[in-house]
Amino acid sequence: MAPVSEPDPPPVDDRPSPVHLDAAAGRPLHPAAREVLDAALARGWADPRALHGPGRDARLLLENAREVLAGCLGLRRDEVWFAAGHTDAVRRGLLGLAAGRARVGAHVVHGAAEHAAVRFAARWWAEPRDARAREVPVDASGRVDTAALEAECRSGEVAVAAVQTANHEVGTVQPVGRAPLPEGVPLFLDAGASLGHLDLPGTHWSAAAGHATSWGGPPGIGLLLVRKGARWTNPFPGDPGPSDLDGALPDVAGALAAAAALRATLAERDEVAARQRRLVDRVRSALAAVPDVDVLGDPVDRLPHLLTFSCLYLEGERLVRALDAEGLGVASGSACTASTLEPSHVLAAMGALTHGNVRVSLGPEVDDAAVDRLLAVLPRVVAEQRAEVGL
Amino acid sequence: MTPALELDCRAMRCPLPIIELARHLHDVEVGEVVGVVTGDVAARVDVPAWCRMREQEYVGEDRAADGVARYLVRRLG
Repeated sequence: MAPVSEPDPPPVDDRPSPVHLDAAAGRPLHPAAREVLDAALARGWADPRALHGPGRDARLLLENAREVLAGCLGLRRDEVWFAAGHTDAVRRGLLGLAAGRARVGAHVVHGAAEHAAVRFAARWWAEPRDARAREVPVDASGRVDTAALEAECRSGEVAVAAVQTANHEVGTVQPVGRAPLPEGVPLFLDAGASLGHLDLPGTHWSAAAGHATSWGGPPGIGLLLVRKGARWTNPFPGDPGPSDLDGALPDVAGALAAAAALRATLAERDEVAARQRRLVDRVRSALAAVPDVDVLGDPVDRLPHLLTFSCLYLEGERLVRALDAEGLGVASGSACTASTLEPSHVLAAMGALTHGNVRVSLGPEVDDAAVDRLLAVLPRVVAEQRAEVGL
Repeated sequence: MTPALELDCRAMRCPLPIIELARHLHDVEVGEVVGVVTGDVAARVDVPAWCRMREQEYVGEDRAADGVARYLVRRLG
């Protein structure tokens, strides 16, 4: 057998370390979650429904996670259920409310800038029932038109209305949960972009969805929140009431890590959010000086950590690749970056420029030096790529 | 409406139709209309957005002779 040779030393890399500015899509586990995860994996591997000792251990950890999450969110323990991720939580949350109102009607009303998971679920429910998913327009900042939302709720045979707490692409906070919807229409909240960043509205909603990656928890941990007294019925085969993962085996260690991450995130939130707001404001005002850039979303009433803009004449994908080559990781909602030729429905609903789009989202570790690098590189990259097309 | 200039962007994808529009706007006089003919779905959003950002007038959408969507822009300056 050939001797194992020493690996070559890595080539010397004197470039500055990469800066991750796509925290909304994924970010490293919060250190508090990592600590808990190891211990929980050692103790919480059994089926928490089993009656033996390891099962009791797992159940104890899972219920501990539920209690911590409920406390962090200002909810009761029996209002918090685990889901397989954001999409599962959206489907069961939204469609469970629709199923609970099946006798009233099957129309689903939702904002035009909702997450794709909400839009797909709404159509999937309504269309086979000869009903419609009715989109409510948003303004140029992405904020849903509340008068139009209420008018749709009054139009008859509406099962449920869905509005996000804040927009996942542009950050604009939605005017939700301030008053009950007309005609007793229950409100489903998609809190997928905001949990860990903003408090949930206190009242006037019936079910909600979120996921742990939005606050630095592990991937694959969704939260289905069903308010006590809400008329929620399982829209899928199985027990009629809400349950963890619709009866599948929950990820006990992941749930406990998610709970630890949320508790730690909330303890740091005021300080982190204030820094993120200041950094995003820095980027926003610097971009205002770059010609032909559309800075999107509400400048004030927004998620603290997220900013989106579109650059005239540029391709989103080329822009993302050029920034990546400079060590800056960002996302894009432009058509050419997604697997489809359709531009982002959020940008289209806002009437915003859909090409040359960049979304920047900050994790808690992002500091002034990272923003300095972005602002040093971005105007040059934009100017270079425009020069290539002669504009 | 018959635009003073029609840009054939049928084979182009975003953002090329908008680049063509920017390149050729000054080929027409102030007050005249340019038509951007393209099947690219992003143009339906991006032509009006370009007009807002560049302070030109978005007139609306009709069809070219072969049925492909045509987006009309009036030069204001």
